[in-house]
Amino acid sequence: MQWEVVIGLETHAQLQTQSKIFSGASTRFGAQPNTQACAVDLALPGVLPVLNRQAVEHAIRFGLAVGAKISPASIFARKNYFYPDLPKGYQISQFEIPVVVGGQLEILVGDEVKVVELTRAHMEEDAGKSVHEEGFTGPHGEASSGIDLNRAGTPLLEIVTEPVMRSAAEAVAYAKALHGLVVWLGVCDGNMQEGSFRCDANVSVRPKGQVEFGTRCEIKNLNSFRFLEEAIQYEVRRQIELIEDGGTVVQETRLYDPDKQETRSMRSKEDANDYRYFPDPDLLPVAIDQAWIADVRSQMPALPAQLREQWQIDFGLSAYDAQLLTQDRDTAKLFETLLTLVDKSLAKAAANLITGEFASALNRAGMATADAPLKAEHLAAILARIADGTISNKIAKDIFAILWEDAVAGKPLSSVDEIIEAKGLKQISDSGALEAMIDQVLVANQKSVEEFRSGKEKAFNALVGQIMKASQGKANPGQVNELLRKKLS
Amino acid sequence: MSWHQTPIALMAKALAAKEVSSMELTQYFLSRIEAEKRWNAYLDVNAHLSLEQANKADALIAAGKGTRLTGIPVAHKDVFVTRGWKSTAASKILENYQSPFDATVVANLGMPSEENPHGAGMVCLGKTNMDEFAMGSSNENSAFGPVLNPWNRQYVSGGSSGGSAAAVAAGLAPIATGSDTGGSIRQPSAFCGITGIKPSYGRVSRYGMIAYASSLDQAGPMGKTAEDCALLLTAMSSHDPRDSTSLADSGEDYSRFLNKPWQDSSTNAAKPLEGLRVGLPKEFFAEGLAQDVANAVNAAAKALADLGATLVEVSLPKTKLSIPVYYVLAPAEASSNLSRFDGVRYGHRANEYKDLGDMYQKSRTEGFGAEVRRRILIGTYVLCHGYYDAYYLQAQKIRRIIAADFQAAFNQCDVILGPVAPDVAWRLGEKSKDPVQMYLEDIYTLSTNLAGLPAMSVPCGFNANDLPIGMQLIGNYFSEARLLQVAHQYQQASDWHLRQASEVA
Repeated sequence: MQWEVVIGLETHAQLQTQSKIFSGASTRFGAQPNTQACAVDLALPGVLPVLNRQAVEHAIRFGLAVGAKISPASIFARKNYFYPDLPKGYQISQFEIPVVVGGQLEILVGDEVKVVELTRAHMEEDAGKSVHEEGFTGPHGEASSGIDLNRAGTPLLEIVTEPVMRSAAEAVAYAKALHGLVVWLGVCDGNMQEGSFRCDANVSVRPKGQVEFGTRCEIKNLNSFRFLEEAIQYEVRRQIELIEDGGTVVQETRLYDPDKQETRSMRSKEDANDYRYFPDPDLLPVAIDQAWIADVRSQMPALPAQLREQWQIDFGLSAYDAQLLTQDRDTAKLFETLLTLVDKSLAKAAANLITGEFASALNRAGMATADAPLKAEHLAAILARIADGTISNKIAKDIFAILWEDAVAGKPLSSVDEIIEAKGLKQISDSGALEAMIDQVLVANQKSVEEFRSGKEKAFNALVGQIMKASQGKANPGQVNELLRKKLS
Repeated sequence: MSWHQTPIALMAKALAAKEVSSMELTQYFLSRIEAEKRWNAYLDVNAHLSLEQANKADALIAAGKGTRLTGIPVAHKDVFVTRGWKSTAASKILENYQSPFDATVVANLGMPSEENPHGAGMVCLGKTNMDEFAMGSSNENSAFGPVLNPWNRQYVSGGSSGGSAAAVAAGLAPIATGSDTGGSIRQPSAFCGITGIKPSYGRVSRYGMIAYASSLDQAGPMGKTAEDCALLLTAMSSHDPRDSTSLADSGEDYSRFLNKPWQDSSTNAAKPLEGLRVGLPKEFFAEGLAQDVANAVNAAAKALADLGATLVEVSLPKTKLSIPVYYVLAPAEASSNLSRFDGVRYGHRANEYKDLGDMYQKSRTEGFGAEVRRRILIGTYVLCHGYYDAYYLQAQKIRRIIAADFQAAFNQCDVILGPVAPDVAWRLGEKSKDPVQMYLEDIYTLSTNLAGLPAMSVPCGFNANDLPIGMQLIGNYFSEARLLQVAHQYQQASDWHLRQASEVA
């Protein structure tokens, strides 16, 4: 039987704010346990929540970026359940009326553009975490787990999609696009190791052509793209095998074990809590008027999708290059800055330089664009010398490598021109010099010359290669071609 | 007149004139508290801390830096968290709990400091007994024993602010704070023969007030006179950035109308309330109201008319529904508000337990009293999936209708007058076996909390057994100063509020 996979994702993106969503405690990651939890986070008797305005602005910003409706009066509700890392015994979340309704996100799966429909995005607070280590004792000396409430009250935006993805690859493409967008917007730092961006995947399968959805399982807390992909792949296999063996899928929450590369049951639907949601009487409806929305809009950066479209039209970039350049805001910014330093006609070359040498150098160094030791002005200097014919593309790569290594080593950087001069890398465009070089190569490679004359076009390229080699890459390749043809004709 | 019979308005004058020091006053009341423990009005007293504050107050007064309340002692209901004194909400689950911060009300009234520059400089005498987590109408639900009525120790003080009411009535505090979720300031004030006001929802910060039902809870003063309440309310209320439901600061002096006629233009000194329309809701005088109480409230209405007011009959048709509506909404919010008392971070934890679930269950069962457990169960039930619409949502709809009824009534009158409770204080234990019977006693007070309106209790007579009767004045939103004006004018023409509790030494 042919099976169709149905996936919906719920993503928790930590909103980038100085303080928590309902208290003044810091959200900084990595502090000593319980040093960033104030009376409100500890849920001491008498405390009350006060909403962090910045968290709301981030939510609005996200909503605008995905073309969603911003609710004029969204409601915070209490989600009631007992757990030691949940100090109030309820989580403040949004239930019936979330701040962001609808919206969509374009993703690139292979070469195909697909639109993922969003259901909603709502604000909520994170819980703390349990620390299961030896040595903790309770008030009566009993062995206990520890609780770290530093994370309790951290602002989250939970972004929920419709069940529209049809493969693990699509889910990963969506997660990456979403990750790129929230980081781009500055609403989330995107740090997946620290838990700033994590996904829950709702996965089901159905026979191809069937309209009704199959029974779904929710895989919780996937904090890397690889785990997301592996977990979905495993879960899909598990469900199909189960059904094909005559079993039925039980609706449940599952956890992914990356070591064993399998999902396992955490709790079934029967064990699910009745969360007894009701509007939180301590908080007013979140009133968002048009003026506030306009204000947030005015401060938003251009969106990656807009830039991609614009660059493809204006500069003839490929969809792929445009995608690479808009992977994050710093890279896009670098490209934009570069284009203010060189002629627009060099846009393609600039894109090639960034997505080629620059990107692979970053990759090797495990570095982000913002931390790169070379800036737009360095790239501009290289591009300028390619443009005026001083160096070839090949030499440009060498110069880039020299600059990069010096910069990484902390050496004072020479100018591009100094390097060209010092290393004698200037492109040889002097016809006389080139002709002399060509003559020498022709004499030394009589065999190739004969082959070419007998009709083997390949031999021509071999000769060009020899000439370039003889010039140590400095010969102007266009001129070499031209002169060689003349000589052989 | 002894200090324990002196309104704070006069105490303030004596302090300003250096006729008495804050130390002397504080010492005086601490001695009385020590001598009169039988009322069980206080849960925690710390003479050392109180005297330290009195000392500071005297220094402020000497330096000319005092407010008009600096140096006057005040007792706080144990629902407000305090640094220094235990904060238990009269629950075993918080027995010995010490708060690291002061409630905003406590700070507003307390000693000024760098972090609290606007503190009024009043001296805290200690924490008063109450029904556990403010759930109750008799103070019999305190984990630390009931409060006895200073007019007759066989009778309840009323609740939930029974400790504050008894402390004022027995002269164990010149004035006290209380909180009112369904009548908890007004009803014990009536039962103990003192004056209390529940302000409009949002007037007084709820920060640091241990929550019972967040959308209904409101703090207010309980004192000997309307004037005293006006003074304390002015100092208590403020906009609080830590309470999202707190109103913008009106900067009001709630005593500004006290000695003025209702109408500015009025010239007849014998008729200061000329132009005032007093609405008498017929539902408040219907079946179930004790005759003595009806007589006293009607007499009060006549007294107001004698002062120039016009009496009009109004209708609050949904009065009866306020009981089921309240007993759905308040427990719903309470069930969630009290979830934090789980034995994990502070408060009572069971000695022995099998696992996490067992720890929760045992800690909470042992820590909460029967009435609190009952309301948590009711609240949990009405919020459950499948019942939410039928109970919680339906109750919210009726709540809006109740609020609208009041607005209709206020088209015909300026204040509403009625009884605070169907009867005077009952005997200890008399209604304890039947919680519903006790809930019905709240019929006249619940609707104002549901609507968020200000309302007060003013002494207006005694029944055949010499137990005090209170009348209730209800105003429209933000009309506290006007309510206090009416009450003050009434108190200028009556002496019910000046009677001393008969059993008090």
